[in-house]
Amino acid sequence: MFTPEMILAILPEISLLVLVGVILVVDLSISKERKGILAWLTVGGLALTFVLTFLLSRPGDETELWGGMIRHDWLAYIFNLVFLFGAGITALFAIGWEQVGKRGEFYILLLTSTLGMSLMSAAGDLIMLFLAIETASIPLYVLAGFMTKDEKSPEAGFKYLLFGAMTTAVMLYGFTLLYGFSGGETNIYELAANIQAGELPVLVSLGTLLLVLVGFGFKVSMVPFHFWAPDVYEGAPTPVAGFLSTASKAAGFAVMIRFLLVIFPAANIPQWVIVIGVISVLSMALGNTLALAQKNIKRLLAYSSIAHAGYVLMGVAAAAHTSLGVTSVVYYLIVYLVTSLAAFGVVAIVWHTTGSDDVSAYDGLSRRSPMLAVAMLVAFLSLAGVPPFGGFIAKVLVIASAVDADLIWLAVLGVLNAIIGLYYYLIVLKHVYLFRSDEDETPIKVARPHAVALTICIISIIILGVVLAPWFEWTSFAADAIF
Amino acid sequence: MVPVSYYVALSAILFSIGTLGVLIRRNAIVIFMSVELMLNSANLLFVAFSRLYDLEGQIFVFFVMTVAAAEVAVGLAMIVAVFRNKRSIDIDQISSMKG
Repeated sequence: MFTPEMILAILPEISLLVLVGVILVVDLSISKERKGILAWLTVGGLALTFVLTFLLSRPGDETELWGGMIRHDWLAYIFNLVFLFGAGITALFAIGWEQVGKRGEFYILLLTSTLGMSLMSAAGDLIMLFLAIETASIPLYVLAGFMTKDEKSPEAGFKYLLFGAMTTAVMLYGFTLLYGFSGGETNIYELAANIQAGELPVLVSLGTLLLVLVGFGFKVSMVPFHFWAPDVYEGAPTPVAGFLSTASKAAGFAVMIRFLLVIFPAANIPQWVIVIGVISVLSMALGNTLALAQKNIKRLLAYSSIAHAGYVLMGVAAAAHTSLGVTSVVYYLIVYLVTSLAAFGVVAIVWHTTGSDDVSAYDGLSRRSPMLAVAMLVAFLSLAGVPPFGGFIAKVLVIASAVDADLIWLAVLGVLNAIIGLYYYLIVLKHVYLFRSDEDETPIKVARPHAVALTICIISIIILGVVLAPWFEWTSFAADAIF
Repeated sequence: MVPVSYYVALSAILFSIGTLGVLIRRNAIVIFMSVELMLNSANLLFVAFSRLYDLEGQIFVFFVMTVAAAEVAVGLAMIVAVFRNKRSIDIDQISSMKG
């Protein structure tokens, strides 16, 4: 039977779908000069959806709705808000971009992808999960290759798609094995009960887990499934790259923690904690070392994003033994969302004036646009984990959770990596503040929507770093909601 | 009735052929066909298990086929876009970004 709760549980999805329909119709019915309105429609609609979801869709106890397809809990709720926020900021940064922001398809694809991510975080069934992952991924392939006239963009989209298609196929094979081993269950929670009762050999369940992890690992760009990230970030339109590194990564982690903790509890298969721990260290080390040598700022941010996936994986590994693990993962992803969006936003704005993504294009930025330089300073210091910004608290939480779970070696390696990370973020800031360029006199124009988006991100970074209690409480609700 | 283990073996073989194809072949369209082979090996396994247990596996297969069609549509469009820029679909040629 239908209950109001069923509708409220998928309120963000319904509202996104309506918004997609509205934009499709408006896009067809207005003249070419007035396409700018589409962006504001998207941003307005997303803001409304965000408020409605925030107020109305708040879950009480965890419930399974729509025949077990949707699980309405705090984890899904918080991640829904994260995706909506990320999509809204991305749309703001796309405004005024001739080849991207003035085309209706861009916003439709962005919203569809967000819809898929919302369902990913709430999926309670393998069928739903597979469909949600594909609904989130396929529009992103197109978005990455959106500028078809550009030399790099289609190549980026193509590489992303090839990697995505292959890893999803491997993941699907893992799903079939889970379906078979559990005696014909597709609901994640019932499947978990069946598998644990059936006492599968450890090697078999570990193999299945690794197959599934390939698909999730691709979404979160962890080593060894990170190869696509630098090329795709470099070629994709910058706002899309920001969206890929934040919302898409968060969606991957939302699915990963639910899947690992529910289907493969550490009590039965303790080996995966080591696997995830080792992957975490490799991601941090590889991301940070390769970032040191980058001349292109989008590639630098891509390698930094791989390193950040490593930091989050520390929390995932710890989550096997302590509830602080999931709390820290969710907190980290929220902080990373606002921080990375701000960093990519600055890159997009600078590109509009200079037409270059090279780190050397940032020489003398502090003279050309002092406010933009401050925004970059805040974003990069937060990425590096310097107090009083959000990135510091997030890093403290993941490292604390690793210590709490007795993974001391992981915590130590995490701290060492954070130090390497600080180095290359500071190199970029050196270009911004200390170097001079011949064009010190030409200011960098910041369009109003971009300024608004950047301000929201910067304020959020500072709030997340200074006021801890409410956000920490919410993320710990999410940690409790998984079971 | 053919035992399920036969289907599992066949599907594992198909999956391996598909994976090898993706890793070894250099032509973008052949790579896509290999991905399809991987997806279909999963479909085969779903249907085989579904005969043992219940119908959910067969429902899954329908969704997988739909998604695979959507993915191929986007993939071919992307290959066309790349071909217009590079005049080639050899993935060794598609490497303007490095580092």
